[in-house]
Amino acid sequence: MTQVGTNFGFSDAEQQADESRQLTYIAAISEALREEMERDSNVLLMGEDIGGSFGGAFKVTKGFEEQFGARRVMNMPMAELGFVGMATGMAFMGLRPVIEMQFADFITTAFDSIVQYAATNFYRWQGAVPWVIRAPSDGGLRSGPFHSQNPEAWFAHAPGLKVVTPATPADAKGLLIAAIRDNNPVIYFEAKPLYRSLKGYVPPGEYVVPIGKAHLARSGDDLSIIAYGAQVREALAAAERLAEAGIGADVLDLRTVKPLDTEAILTTARKTGKVLVVHSASQLLGVGAEVASLIADQAFEWLDAPVRRLGGLDVPIPFSPTLEDAYRPSAEKIYQIAKELAEF
Amino acid sequence: MTEICLTRDQKLDLYYWMRLTRTLDEMAVALWKQGRGVGGMFSQRGHEAISVGTGYALGPADVVAPMHRDHGCYMLRGLTPRRIMGNLLGRATGVSRGRDANMHGVGDLNFNLIGFISHLPQSLPVALGAAVSFLYRNEPRVAMTYIGDGSTSEGLFHETLNLAAVLHAPYILIVENNQYAYSTPLPQQMKVEHIADRAAAYGIPGVIVDGNDVEAVYAITKEYIERARAGGGPALIEAKTMRMMGHAIHDGAEYVPRDLLAEWEKRDPVVTYETRLMADGVADEVEIDEIKQRCTVEITDAIQYAENSPFPDPSTVEEGVYAP
Repeated sequence: MTQVGTNFGFSDAEQQADESRQLTYIAAISEALREEMERDSNVLLMGEDIGGSFGGAFKVTKGFEEQFGARRVMNMPMAELGFVGMATGMAFMGLRPVIEMQFADFITTAFDSIVQYAATNFYRWQGAVPWVIRAPSDGGLRSGPFHSQNPEAWFAHAPGLKVVTPATPADAKGLLIAAIRDNNPVIYFEAKPLYRSLKGYVPPGEYVVPIGKAHLARSGDDLSIIAYGAQVREALAAAERLAEAGIGADVLDLRTVKPLDTEAILTTARKTGKVLVVHSASQLLGVGAEVASLIADQAFEWLDAPVRRLGGLDVPIPFSPTLEDAYRPSAEKIYQIAKELAEF
Repeated sequence: MTEICLTRDQKLDLYYWMRLTRTLDEMAVALWKQGRGVGGMFSQRGHEAISVGTGYALGPADVVAPMHRDHGCYMLRGLTPRRIMGNLLGRATGVSRGRDANMHGVGDLNFNLIGFISHLPQSLPVALGAAVSFLYRNEPRVAMTYIGDGSTSEGLFHETLNLAAVLHAPYILIVENNQYAYSTPLPQQMKVEHIADRAAAYGIPGVIVDGNDVEAVYAITKEYIERARAGGGPALIEAKTMRMMGHAIHDGAEYVPRDLLAEWEKRDPVVTYETRLMADGVADEVEIDEIKQRCTVEITDAIQYAENSPFPDPSTVEEGVYAP
């Protein structure tokens, strides 16, 4: 089911110039890691099962130990709370650890080390913590309640963290490089459903996508769909169908959940006057609520309809296909709500 | 055990740092009783030999993450009483510029000093990370950190010691066993007699030392620091003592039997060392008094400095959450 995405902001000429630069989302992650490790000897990897010939649960680091050695590809015992704390100490000493959390769901075991210690440290005594946690997130893969989660809102709520959520192969590379070079703790939520099913043009060499900048993935005048991570692909698919029905949609890919690109959000809201915010994480008290509130506060006069939200249900993420599909936002659900909104 | 011979100057040094810690503590307690304190305050009384004896054993390039009863160690690393008092009183001149309370937030990498947070065992893996960075860069440096008896019940104690052992890191953990975790006595915290015994579970040495004997604390810490520096791996040192005041200034610690405190009072680490130095002819009363006087002057100056320092400008409250 590999599909080539839309142009993601690159011209056809750029994309066609080099066919070999069509990479899957997961290959783009590996490329960013490899290039940053080649560039800077302070960059190292930590995580469970990432070393040896195994190369991680999703094979992102396959071959890395061979290239960089076990010293820089640190296979960790099962102790997330401990090794995230360890990464903070390594960061104090000038290293730049990139941690693979085997699944985003397991990140809770390291919660204290992340939100209490690392996040607050620079404010407290100005010790910078330049690490990245890669958190394979999101569902739709029939993986049940503990291999499908999107816990970004918990981290966005913690002062001192940055939270990024790439939606395309190019951003998967560019945001990871930006995260590694950032001097703050960054949680990088990579979307598992896109790993091998989304392919697109990825610029060669140093390609940095700035943290905190959204991207207008599609332009239309009738309404705005604001999304991030795996839901951007769903939103683009819905927008395609809306266009067939004569409805033009802006699709704004947030790229970064924290800090939010408030300017880009307000620009699209003021342009179309009708907004739907979409994410895979639970809708209740989710990132979408913050986006909707921002629009209500600062773009109220431009609105022609109430801001709508679509997120996961307030239930543990269910396993069985019929239940998971009922739980999770999709292109079809986005299309239905967007159509209602257009007709409002 | 390696024989460690201390010179006369070193002995007087140990006494000076313990006396300075005690003076800071007594004057701070008085400040709080007079209502001049801000927020809470954690007394160091009873812990002086541990924080000074261990801190004195570190080399200048070694990294340390002390906790809230280690004023001696902070000062040994180079934090002045002025900056510490500024922090205790929430002033702009404190180490955390009024961002973090009492001794929390007191880190300064210029002194190879890492701050702690209230979730005490959190310093354990962070200091281990420093130790691992020394392995990474092949540097002959050691990292040391501290916890109390209570936090050894947290899962992170286990995770970190296991990681330290597996990575064979140059890492020393000092457990300041002061018998009480807030109001909870040891028998309600664990069923082992000695915390040091737990080290065996990780395949690392665990040793016990009298936490009220500064020379003994120094000697054993020095031995294991140098062992770690030479590639011998991590160690756990349990220093047994007694918390002589409440958990913090607000706490009268009525739950601690008075006769237990009276017993430990006879073993006061500062007083017994002072007596020993005089009995051994290392210093006479005049020299001891001079040191006491010097400590009083330094802490009086620190209090004056801190009280005359401004509180942080409220317009800066949102600044510095993120590193540039």
